[in-house]
Formats: sequence, structure tokens, C-alpha cells
Amino acid sequence: MSAGDPLIEVEAVSYAYPEAAEPALRDVSLRVMPGEFLALVGQNGAGKTTLAKHFNGLILPARGSVRVAGQDTRAVATRRLAGIVGYCYQNPDHQIFSRTLRREVAFGPTNLGLPADQVARNVEEALRLVGLLEKADDYPFLLGRGERQRLAVASILAMGSRILVVDEPTTGLDLQGVRGIMTLLERWNRELGRTIVVITHDINVVAQYVPRTVVMAEGRVVADGPTRQALTDWAALEMADVKPPQVTRVARRLARYGIPPDVMTVDELAAAIRARLQSVSVSARREEA
Amino acid sequence: MKPDAEPGPRLETGSHGEGPSALPAPVIRARGLTYRYPTGERDVLQGIDLDVAPGEFLGVTGPSGAGKSTLCLCLKGLIPHSFAGTLGGSVIVNGLDTSATGPAQLAENVAMVFQDPESQIIGLTVAEDLAFGPENLTQPPDEIRARIPKLLETVGLAGFEARETYSLSGGQKQRVAIAAALMLEPSILILDEPTSELDPVGKGEVFRTVRRLREEAKVTVVMVEHEIEQLAEVADRIIVVDGGRIVADAPPRELFRDADLFHRTQGERLPQVAELLLALEREGLVTPADFTPREDEAVAVLSRLLERRPR
Repeated sequence: MSAGDPLIEVEAVSYAYPEAAEPALRDVSLRVMPGEFLALVGQNGAGKTTLAKHFNGLILPARGSVRVAGQDTRAVATRRLAGIVGYCYQNPDHQIFSRTLRREVAFGPTNLGLPADQVARNVEEALRLVGLLEKADDYPFLLGRGERQRLAVASILAMGSRILVVDEPTTGLDLQGVRGIMTLLERWNRELGRTIVVITHDINVVAQYVPRTVVMAEGRVVADGPTRQALTDWAALEMADVKPPQVTRVARRLARYGIPPDVMTVDELAAAIRARLQSVSVSARREEA
Repeated sequence: MKPDAEPGPRLETGSHGEGPSALPAPVIRARGLTYRYPTGERDVLQGIDLDVAPGEFLGVTGPSGAGKSTLCLCLKGLIPHSFAGTLGGSVIVNGLDTSATGPAQLAENVAMVFQDPESQIIGLTVAEDLAFGPENLTQPPDEIRARIPKLLETVGLAGFEARETYSLSGGQKQRVAIAAALMLEPSILILDEPTSELDPVGKGEVFRTVRRLREEAKVTVVMVEHEIEQLAEVADRIIVVDGGRIVADAPPRELFRDADLFHRTQGERLPQVAELLLALEREGLVTPADFTPREDEAVAVLSRLLERRPR
């Protein structure tokens, strides 16, 4: 595969869990280029996690195809995909089991068959990246929730995966915890060029950190594009039962005063209001003149 | 804890009742509350003084590890009755000192709903789950049955009696937990981050339910919550807890003017409309009197601003 090829290519995939009445995915297509940072948003049951589990071959498509780094997931061992796609679960306590942080983080790369010195280097680097190196020999369950979340990310990072899927990285974290984990993902994406997919309900996090957003509803992709565009696609958001950030909702309610409806941040809405007031006063002054 | 430290609110009711401006006696009164977990190296609560008026809706927010959940456990009396550790100061609920009152009697006064919807559902069916608490207090079955339909209606689950609890969504489970908590007709309901494990639909369902409780005003609500924009809509008053202390205590309209406080504690951001109005206020476009952290009110203020025609 060449540099211009998608890293993940989902083609017309449908999937139903055994004995489920409704399919979990219906004719989903998605392309992710190397180095992209995207969010999957939508309600529980919309198909976000089912789609993400297609990326590392935990689920194989019933119809359609999934290619990861050019390889059809049905033709390649899941073990091999684990070296390409790292999957970080929602609850860090579902994946943490070791007696020290160092052992926890070493588990993945060791199982991928990496040589011991490479594992040691990856572990150091991953713990340093998430800011937990000084606690490398501590007991994981003595860490705070935000730290355990970062540890879970580190244990995926150490596998050297090109793609990181992170399921609900901010659930249960306070603002500081949210900033910690999102800044980490942002840096990992920008500085190391890794591809990141976050599954999240936290729309403010998406608006602030994630450049591309895929909105899902009832097993389908209903919007996919730059976050600003996706989070102001009101028809899609309604279908998906997703609320955009508060300022975006307020901007929409002020549309009749000429406020643009695709505002995403407080600063943007303040600027739009200022601009509007200025243009009103300028036109009033012209009338007076 | 000194039994003679503070007279209970019940004793004060008469002395406060004379003037029309007299405040109602608080249903929760904490004084000098400190607590250290058995293995802790420092006090998780470092001197909490708190009064909550009957029917009031108190929001509680602050960073992780600030002591919010510990405070809830103290108000419910689970500290000291179910936790070892060192408690200082006093908590009086409905005139009862929590240290000196047994769990059963406290259960009739204070109910609590926790973060994880899975961990607090006991019954196989919704009706069984609601009946569990009062059955344990040996209340008559007829009386128990009679209360269930009304409470299910309050939480928006009318007709769910026979539904199996494992088949419910997170938001439905959490509302069953709220209904179950209300079965003993407590005067105080404590909700400790009841929406943090839920998706936005579930969060919305729980907030609609608590809003309804607020309108009915039969129960005093204490709600720990990180969804700051929604909390600003429902709370009469919000306290910010940080480092085991109450660092701010005000109605939302006052509290969210203090942007520095929220930057300092790092636990929560301001509601976006609050941040916006403060920015416009600094430029002289709106006045302090226009300030609100609530969405509908903010839209009204901004509409007036944008409608304004220069003379």
C-alpha cells in the first residue's frame, strides 16, 4: 500500500449480533487516512463500538469488507491486527490486572513477540508519554481514575500500534482529567502521526479537540466530515439524538439576528455577536449621514 | 462528637417561626465536619459547615478527590455506621444526629442513589426492586404496593412494574434506583453523580426526573454532578468542594460569575453561556444584571442585545 491509501477502509459493511432482532451496522462505509484524528458519536446502540471492533478484527463483517493497512480483516489473524490497531476499553479497570505499572504496560508488546529490550524501551517511552514514568513500580489500583485511564492508554501505546481506538476516554473524569487524556491523544496524533479514533458521548471534547466527526444512528453513518460541519448538521444530529455544544445551540436560536449557525466555541459566538452589533451600528450611522 | 454541640433543627423550629422573613429550619446541618478514612494520611473532609433548607435543590461540584462522595456518605450516615475511620464535628438530618441514629431510622429520612446503575438494582423486576427497601423495614405489603405506581410515574416509568430490571437501559435503571430510593418517603434524596455512567439520552432522562422532583418540592435534593450546564438549570444553590472544604456556596447566578474559582479548582468549567456573558460584560455589551448561567435566559438576554437599535 502507498502513502495515499486509506489506513482503514470499511466498505458497505452490515453486521448483526447472533440472535439480535435488529442489525447493529447497516451498510456502513468509512475511510480513515493515516494520521487522522476522528470521533465516533451517537447514542448507545448506534453502532459505534461494533464498528470500532471491526477495525481490529474482533468482529468480522457479515456483509461488505474491512481493510486495515491494506489487509482484509477476514484474511489476516486477529493477533496480527493487534499490532496495528490498539483498542483501549472504556473502563480502565476492565483491562488492568498487573502488580506494577511497568508489568501492565509490558504485557501487550511481550505478547506481540517483541524482543525484551524493545519491550523495555517501549514501556519506558509509553509511561513517559502519559506522565506515569515516576510511578512505574507502583501498584496500578492505587492510582486515581484519571491516572488509571492514562495507564490503560500507555499499555496500548507500548504495542506501537499505528491506530489507537479509545472507547469513552473521558467518562467519569473531571475537567483536569479530561484535559490530561485529550492533550495526550492530541500530542500523540500531532507529534507521532498516529491515527486516533475516539468513541465518545462528550460533545464538548469533540468540539474542542477532534478535527473529524462521524455521527452514527441506528447502525448507519448519518454525518461524516470536519467536526464543525458534522456538529451543525441538525438533521443528522436529530436522527442521532446528539446535542451539539451549548453555544452552538444558542447560536442557532439567534439565527434571525444574523448569527452564523456553525459556531463551535464561546469565543466564536462572542465574536459573531460583536460583529453583528458593529454592522448594525455602522449601517445606522450611514443612515444618519 | 459532642452531643451538646448544637441544638437540632427540631428544637429551633419554634424560635425561628415568629417573623415572615424567618428562614425555615434546615433539614441538613453539618458543623465542623471532618473525616479521615482508616488508611488515609489526611482528612478527606476538612471542616464542612453546611445548611440545606427544606425543599431546596443543592448542587455539589468540584474536582475528583475533593471529598464530594465522602460528604454524601456522611449526610446519609453511612459514615460512621458502615465505615471505620475518624469522624469529627456533627451532621444533623431532620433533627437526628447521624452518629447517634441507627441505619433503619436514617433510611426513612435520607435516601441515596449512586453512580453505577448496575450496583444498586436488587430486584428481578422493577416492582420487586422498589419493594425491597420497605420490605426490609417490615412495612405492610399493601402499603408498599400502593406506593409503586405513583413513584414510577414520577420517574417517567409508569407501567414498568413487571419489567425485568436487567433488560432496562442505563437511564431507566437509574430512574428505577431513584424511585426505589423514594419508596421510604425520605425527606432528603442524595444523588452522587447519577448521570456519569449514562449516555446523553440517559442523562436527559435523569435530569427530567430530578427537575420534576424539584417542581414537586416534596423532597430536598442534594446532587453531585459534573454536567455543569444541566446542573445550573435545576439547582437552587451550588456548592463547590475542593480539598475537603466548601470553597464556594451560592445560587447559580452568583456562583458562575466567579470564573477564577473554576479555573483554580480545575474540576469543572463554567456553563458556556456564563462564560459568554462574562466576556460580553467585560466589553460593556451586557450588564452584571443580565448575567445568567441558564440557556433560555441567556438567549433572551442576547436577543434583547441584538435587537437593540442605536438611536
